[in-house]
Amino acid sequence: MKIFAIEASGPVAGCAVLEDDKLLGEYRIQNRLTHSQTLVPIMEELTKRLDLDLASVDAIALTEGPGSFTGLRIGAATAKGMGFALKKPIIGIPTTDALAAAAFGTDALVCPLMDARRGQVYTGIYEEKDHPVTLRPCCAVPAGEILEDLNARGREVLFLGDGVPAAMELIQSKLQVSYRIAPAFMNRQSPAVTATLAMARWRELGDKALINADDFRPEYLRKSQAERQLEEARAEHAMDALAAGRLLKDRKAQDHAGT
Amino acid sequence: MTEKTCTILGIESSCDETAAAVVVNGRDVRSNVISSQIDIHTLYGGVVPEIASRKHTERINQVVGQALREAGTSLQDLDAVAVTYGPGLVGALLVGVSFAKALCFAGNIPLIGVHHIEGHISANFIADKTLEPPFVCLVVSGGHTHLVVVRDYGEYEILGRTQDDAAGEAFDKVARAIGLGYPGGPKIDKAAREGNPDAISFPRGKVTGSEYDFSFSGLKSAVLNYLNTEKMQGHEISVPDVAASFQKSVVEVLVGHAMEALDQLGMKKFALAGGVASNSALRAKAREECEKRGVSFYCPPPILCTDNAAMIGCAGYYEFRKGVRSDFSLNAVPNLELGKR
Repeated sequence: MKIFAIEASGPVAGCAVLEDDKLLGEYRIQNRLTHSQTLVPIMEELTKRLDLDLASVDAIALTEGPGSFTGLRIGAATAKGMGFALKKPIIGIPTTDALAAAAFGTDALVCPLMDARRGQVYTGIYEEKDHPVTLRPCCAVPAGEILEDLNARGREVLFLGDGVPAAMELIQSKLQVSYRIAPAFMNRQSPAVTATLAMARWRELGDKALINADDFRPEYLRKSQAERQLEEARAEHAMDALAAGRLLKDRKAQDHAGT
Repeated sequence: MTEKTCTILGIESSCDETAAAVVVNGRDVRSNVISSQIDIHTLYGGVVPEIASRKHTERINQVVGQALREAGTSLQDLDAVAVTYGPGLVGALLVGVSFAKALCFAGNIPLIGVHHIEGHISANFIADKTLEPPFVCLVVSGGHTHLVVVRDYGEYEILGRTQDDAAGEAFDKVARAIGLGYPGGPKIDKAAREGNPDAISFPRGKVTGSEYDFSFSGLKSAVLNYLNTEKMQGHEISVPDVAASFQKSVVEVLVGHAMEALDQLGMKKFALAGGVASNSALRAKAREECEKRGVSFYCPPPILCTDNAAMIGCAGYYEFRKGVRSDFSLNAVPNLELGKR
């Protein structure tokens, strides 16, 4: 069983190839270039170095979200294009599940924090002692809310993810349990981890773990601003204002004033 | 035929249409699939970039699959994939570009990044198989207003462009102001048929110092001022008259600049392109002025004027013949200049 994993949900562009329990290769990079410029070139590079026959790939694994909307779409469109060409399915893994699973073996609770903007983080609470256990599934909440949850659980916490630096001040002032911060080699998304979780899910669920590449879509976890406005307009019977572009403009102005 | 058959898959996702097409030897369209998102964007009175990007992601595989099926083509038959990489909405472009790159990587197919405007211009090669450069082309759409000399395939000289709003944007804004809604182009075109184009005298936008450039923001303001004044004086507004008079002003400026260029350059072929090229008044006026001058007039049918991928496949073919190939670092370039790579 061979899985080709793709990563573009956050600051890391990456890919990995996992064959059963053997990691054949992983490429991870954080640079100034966009994922669009980096992702397929490193997929090509890894494939060449491994002398990999792409037809031998059984499935494509991907952090399905949450994450940067643009990054999720670059990853999804890339996985969907690859799946289309190879006629192979996709296995989507929640991004916070993949982040947390890098901390295998720890006794602490694992709490990934990803910058979600708008004063929120994408997060969750996990145990990774022997195998991944989700205590609080992937969600978008203010950092303060997840810290309260962690206080209530009363156990040591391991934080990881690109949202940690921004949350440090709050962690220091609000968190009542002891905590540690994961080191650089494991505190960002890793396609090798995503591939490993995808392999485990496939072993557990078989074909039910697979999504046809045509039907795969990212899990944004949050509605777009426009969708929220549409719901508000419907609720307030203000569809005319929405269509006239006024609502959109007014709300934009409010958002700008608010930030 | 002496020429080897060249089959290209075109992919287009620069705005709110997800499109794919199979084109053989540049001008023979075997399929032309367009999945429009217009219904959802109409609710907002215009294209919402985040929604457009999400919809492209959901639809791209089905659209490409359908284009290949309808053409009876498999990936193995393709000589290249041509994809729009700019200009346009960056998030929307990225879906087509990322998909195309992965498809070419996994399918071992050459990739060609295509300029969206070059695609619109190339729609004329599909519509009229005899058309060859050089000619003058006016590209008018919701996002672009360019007066271009097409010197050769892939060789362009931009004579003029809009300094502010694109022509199609002006249609959208005025349509919104007179309550016709989105999209403005077809709605104004329809309303104008019942109206008097000489009822109201709106200004013809001029740009001092650059005779071929366009400006539509002054015209748009003039329409808004007219509406306000009439409203304050308690007069009822004739929507057809406003639509017809506004449309006449836009068309006169567009066609006027184009004819000036044809006269100055002594060129004998003129082509329209882009979504606004579907406008009936623009087509009629351009045809009439061309006939007066003994200039051959070209204009693609509406299905090739709107954003589509057949035009991208056609433009890609002429780039392919010149040996142009893109590597997998190809990025979306929202403000890509025509004729630059």
